[in-house]
Amino acid sequence: MESFMQFAEMGGYGGYVWPAFGIVLAVMLFMWIAGMRGWRKSEQVLASLRSSRRQREDISE
Amino acid sequence: MSMHYFANPTRFTRLAGRIQPWAGGLSAVLLAVGLYLALVAAPADYQQGDTVRIMFVHVPSAWMAMFCYSFLAVASAVALIWKHPLADLAAKASAPIGAGFTFLALVTGSLWGKPMWGTWWVWDARLTSVLILLFLYLGYMALWQAIEDSQKAAKAAAVLALVGAVNVPIIKFSVDWWNTLHQPASVLRMDGPAIHPSMLWPLLIMALAFQAYFVALLLARIRMELNLRRIRALRLAERAS
Repeated sequence: MESFMQFAEMGGYGGYVWPAFGIVLAVMLFMWIAGMRGWRKSEQVLASLRSSRRQREDISE
Repeated sequence: MSMHYFANPTRFTRLAGRIQPWAGGLSAVLLAVGLYLALVAAPADYQQGDTVRIMFVHVPSAWMAMFCYSFLAVASAVALIWKHPLADLAAKASAPIGAGFTFLALVTGSLWGKPMWGTWWVWDARLTSVLILLFLYLGYMALWQAIEDSQKAAKAAAVLALVGAVNVPIIKFSVDWWNTLHQPASVLRMDGPAIHPSMLWPLLIMALAFQAYFVALLLARIRMELNLRRIRALRLAERAS
């Protein structure tokens, strides 16, 4: 427990070290989720547009 | 193989689909190893104590900030000169990632500067030129948003990207050209790295993790931009018919 406290304190600089690592991981995670979500959403929209187009073409034939 | 081999969007999508999961997986593994080395295994610095650990996220963020902008500028040049059909999408896709890393370089630098320099911020050459880099990214992204005609937007944004590229060498050499609180280069220097292997390895592993992250996210973002372009074309065709 004591060694964990020592680790968390970072030699008295925990207040700087942990926020630095925290914000890097948070921003990278946010950019990742936003990017992957946007890409998947675009795949879905494109697929539905293409299938509705095909359906209309089938009907008109 | 010519540059235009991958200009074919279908071929690009197929290749990107294969690379993307590997780059993402590699990034996650390297990040886990790098974080362990940075926070646990690497020694504290004899002068800076544990604040030196901030280097393991600050330096890779700053490298990525510059790398993304260089990528953006080269892709913009390729788009302007050779009219490569994917180049302006690649440039557009890289901008938010670069802006994110530039923001992180500034924030982590600030968190390192406070305990070591006694201040969150100084208006010196290195810090100011990196702040300008952030504004360049934001201006580039705003330009894409502001111009409705996407071909005109691409051209205007590419010109801005190329003009802004002058800032990249200014950032790199700012620590040599001007008096600054910021320390000079320790890794990328002519006479080899001036940093102990126990700190160099975690730094390089973190940098590789960030690079792999960039590749995976960039590919997803380019595929998204390609899809959006196809969606726009389909909708236009629908309206016309």
